[in-house]
Amino acid sequence: MAARIGFLAPIVAYLVLFFGYPLAANFTMALREYTAASFYTGDAPFVGLANYAAVMGDPVFTTALTNTAVFTAASLFFQFGIGLALAVFFQRHFPLNGVLRSLLLIPWLLPLVVSGTVWRWIFDQEYGVLNQTLLALGVVDTAVPWLSSTAMALPSVTAANIWVGIPFNMVILYGGLQSIPAHLYEAAALDGAGRWQRFRHVTWPLLRPVSAVVLMLGLVYTLKVFDVIMVLTQGGPANATQTLTTWSYSLSFGELDFGLGAAVGNLLIVIALLFAVLYLRGLRSSGPAPARERR
Amino acid sequence: MPSARIPRTPRLRGSSALVAAGLLTLSTACAGGGGEEEVTSLTAMDYNLAEPQNGTTATMLKECGDQAGVEIERDAQPRDQLMPRLLQGASQQDLPDLMLIDNPDLPQVAATGALLPLDEAGLDTGGYYPSVLEAGTHEDTVYGIAPGVNGLALFTDTAVLDEAGVEPPQTWAELRDTAAELTEGDTKGFAFSAIGHEEGTWTFEPFLWSNGATLTELDSPEAVEALELWSDLVEEGSVSQSVVNWSQADVNDQFLGDRAAMMINGSWQLPVLDEEDLDYDVVPLPVPEAGADPATPMGGEVWAVARNGGEREQKAVEVLECLLSDDNMRQWAELNAYVPAKEELARQLAEDDPRMAPFVESVPTARSRTAELGEEYPDVSTAIADAVQEALAGSTSAEEALSQAQQSVPEN
Repeated sequence: MAARIGFLAPIVAYLVLFFGYPLAANFTMALREYTAASFYTGDAPFVGLANYAAVMGDPVFTTALTNTAVFTAASLFFQFGIGLALAVFFQRHFPLNGVLRSLLLIPWLLPLVVSGTVWRWIFDQEYGVLNQTLLALGVVDTAVPWLSSTAMALPSVTAANIWVGIPFNMVILYGGLQSIPAHLYEAAALDGAGRWQRFRHVTWPLLRPVSAVVLMLGLVYTLKVFDVIMVLTQGGPANATQTLTTWSYSLSFGELDFGLGAAVGNLLIVIALLFAVLYLRGLRSSGPAPARERR
Repeated sequence: MPSARIPRTPRLRGSSALVAAGLLTLSTACAGGGGEEEVTSLTAMDYNLAEPQNGTTATMLKECGDQAGVEIERDAQPRDQLMPRLLQGASQQDLPDLMLIDNPDLPQVAATGALLPLDEAGLDTGGYYPSVLEAGTHEDTVYGIAPGVNGLALFTDTAVLDEAGVEPPQTWAELRDTAAELTEGDTKGFAFSAIGHEEGTWTFEPFLWSNGATLTELDSPEAVEALELWSDLVEEGSVSQSVVNWSQADVNDQFLGDRAAMMINGSWQLPVLDEEDLDYDVVPLPVPEAGADPATPMGGEVWAVARNGGEREQKAVEVLECLLSDDNMRQWAELNAYVPAKEELARQLAEDDPRMAPFVESVPTARSRTAELGEEYPDVSTAIADAVQEALAGSTSAEEALSQAQQSVPEN
């Protein structure tokens, strides 16, 4: 018994200290009017749910919430879709397969500040390579304000984020594909299944557990994406790319209203938790199925 | 077995706020310093990380420390880290003895009660521009003094203007015409920073103020007119819409790269521009009508002293007096192209360096950004920056954008 506690102690201590404490502190902070002065005086009046009310009543809240939803949904959809397509593609044997696959990892290996800065150049309205190309090809007549119009900024930032996330999806899904036994495909082929049917009835169901993990991790990563947006637009123009994450940051560290920032942070945690619960429930209900098939 | 126990949590109180924001996991907890014994060392914090400011700050602190008989430990932070670090320090009751703070941030720190009133401490404030002292004042008490200040002016590319045969504009109407005329091919006529935070707000403020608007009535017709000037310039193509993403450094790059014939920027860009081979002029910012008073915001950092106990405070004030000595002030101003905070020195500088003249000229009428709003300023600043972006990058009219911003102005 003592040994059991001994083994558990380090991890419990770690979790309490670095996970439990900040989390708890964040929840209490969101219930207080915590401003710059509070740091020195230690005096942060309890305001109950006023911070949440203030945050939700702010017009930026709706914008940030919608942006977060659009940004996350679009990022996940395309990252996963393109990642899966590439993973399936690389399953085939062809020359330079390994080299190309490694090259595709580059977006993932680059520091986000670097790739963000490069995207900023690409998207530049006047001199960016994207506009220059589109203009030269005659696709558009006037330069598109990728990052400097409220309408285009969010799609542009999302595109950059999709690019960043594709390798992650591809690598994990590729690994998942490798673990599907080849004889299943052979059997399916013998039964007369075409390429699409093999994908639909063999690959897809057997890839489901891996897909769920990829999507869940992707969701968490995307919800808290910060650097890409910060480098590209800093949440602007006029909050057009403001997500809950960047807004929480700017409330806390820009306006130094830590109570409000904490409230937004908590809402973000609740949203992530909500999806985590959905994921766990999904796992439970679909859990036994693949095991049976694998037998 | 105390060693096996979980470390006591109260030690981490200071960092809790940072961690709690859900973004940073700082677990550093500074050890509290200071005792009853004789003071032999002081701490200082600033954000002068770029050369030559970095080296100059270090040398000046060392020299002034030697004079006062203390060793100064300097901690230079990136600009956006300074306030979080100060707040973290404040929560441990352990602020650096000397800190160099951007003047619009001063009220936030002063409001905590952690700063030493400088007039009370016996610092001589004679010879300073009243406007400079105003920028370091919170609720009628001087908490910070700037060694040098900066402001905004219009920079013009001499070659481009000569070729087009136009003079630097002095009024808004002239600015509009000149900017349109100078726009050709890859070169825009004019550029300014309209980025979504304080940098954008402070660039817009001269337009707001010189037209008679105030920071407390953002939806006034005067304010709307000022924003319309900006949005018209963008709409007419004389200014790139990308200005909504440009910091002042980005604007300077555009100017250097011949992609903008005129720009609004601060005096600190002079050393940067002089490194390149470019002929330029500096003139005061255009005003709404000929003869109107320009009104630029007061820029620059102020030195403040923390309430760290009698002896330390005394030493810190001694060091501060040295930092603000005529010689040091002059050296600081020359190296960084700042206007010295003392009138006499500034006048001399304007004579020696004509490019500094427009900046020196603007100091007496320069306004403190926080005079009207105090610690509420950052909120309103964000709202203004958003309104500017809304009008420039979105489909919202200047009037609508500003009436939205007005909702952030505290009522009273």
